[in-house]
Amino acid sequence: MQWTTLFDIALGAILVNNFILAQFLGICPFMGVSKKMDTSIGMGFAVIFVMGLASALCYPVNLLLDALGLNYMRTVAFILVIAALVQFVEMFLKKSIPTLYEALGVYLPLITTNCAVLGVVLLNVQNNYNFIESVVYGITGGAGFLLAIVLFSSIRERLEFSDPPRAFQGFPIALVTAGLMALCFMGFSGLQIPW
Amino acid sequence: MNIGKQLKEGFITQNPVLVQLLGMCSTLAITTTISNGIGMGLSVTIILTLSNIFISLLRKIIPEQVRIACYIVVIAGFVTMVDLLLQAYFEDIAESLGVFIPLIVVNCIILGRAESFASKNKPLAAAVDGICQGLGYTAVLLVMSAIRELLGSGALMGTQIFPAGYSASMIAQPVGGFLTLGCLIALMQWAQRKVKGGK
Repeated sequence: MQWTTLFDIALGAILVNNFILAQFLGICPFMGVSKKMDTSIGMGFAVIFVMGLASALCYPVNLLLDALGLNYMRTVAFILVIAALVQFVEMFLKKSIPTLYEALGVYLPLITTNCAVLGVVLLNVQNNYNFIESVVYGITGGAGFLLAIVLFSSIRERLEFSDPPRAFQGFPIALVTAGLMALCFMGFSGLQIPW
Repeated sequence: MNIGKQLKEGFITQNPVLVQLLGMCSTLAITTTISNGIGMGLSVTIILTLSNIFISLLRKIIPEQVRIACYIVVIAGFVTMVDLLLQAYFEDIAESLGVFIPLIVVNCIILGRAESFASKNKPLAAAVDGICQGLGYTAVLLVMSAIRELLGSGALMGTQIFPAGYSASMIAQPVGGFLTLGCLIALMQWAQRKVKGGK
């Protein structure tokens, strides 16, 4: 039973309720970092990493807040946990994987203000997920982000060579492209596991 | 200080959504009905103004290295207040905006204005800037939600304009959000070039 629930959560996070294309979480990095394939892959993995860790860390924090009756401090507490976490990941990468650190550059600190990260921990609380479910939701949500941003950046690399109407050049045509991708992902909305 | 100029910047030349391209997530997600759009726009305006004033007051105390963390704590405090007030007095709006109210904390508009304006200006100017930028954001939300509600469900402010059977429900779906915003930004770029003339 446990496995099917986890699979259900994973399937939902990656395809049916994709964080970007169905829930509109994390649009800023999706638009900002998707001009080149390699940076978008780096960003995607950084987001998976941070979302998984944030889900794991915020679960005990939420339990603590519940026990103390400080529910209303949830948003403040979560954003502080995420900010500290991102800082920590940044230091870790700088020391141990400098090439990845340089590739991610300014985008790593930007993850702090990525709504997908704060969104996933808030949704974990809202959906009453337990610890394992939270972590799975965080990681697969990040995987959905990776999938969407990689697809999007490969389309955008080609858009560079296309010739849209002048007013649509740059950002608007990218938004329209994202809209068409969202249309494709709507096709997954009927997806259900049969058991 | 020039209120007229700041107002023009907020609505047109430096519009947070259409020109600076900030705050996309909430703009796309909650503009399905007009009441959602107004609720979100006004919440952001209030939070933006208050946090601008506060950060401007604290601008000489906050150390340079940890300023972003300090800004976020200030913003998160105001967001929590607005969240609780909405839950207490406007329950249905709070319900339909859902997780996007606490997510105002990470709305780039607020952090962006804190960093680029409030941290360098006096409280009064920062307050005016907050109001102008917030209203510019609200105006975009209003236009977008009106388009999406009318085309997506055939209604305006909940009253049916034409039969729901004739509406393109796709526009109310995520797809419509991307397409509507894309077209609005394209319109803005076109208008900007018209004003600049020729070229």
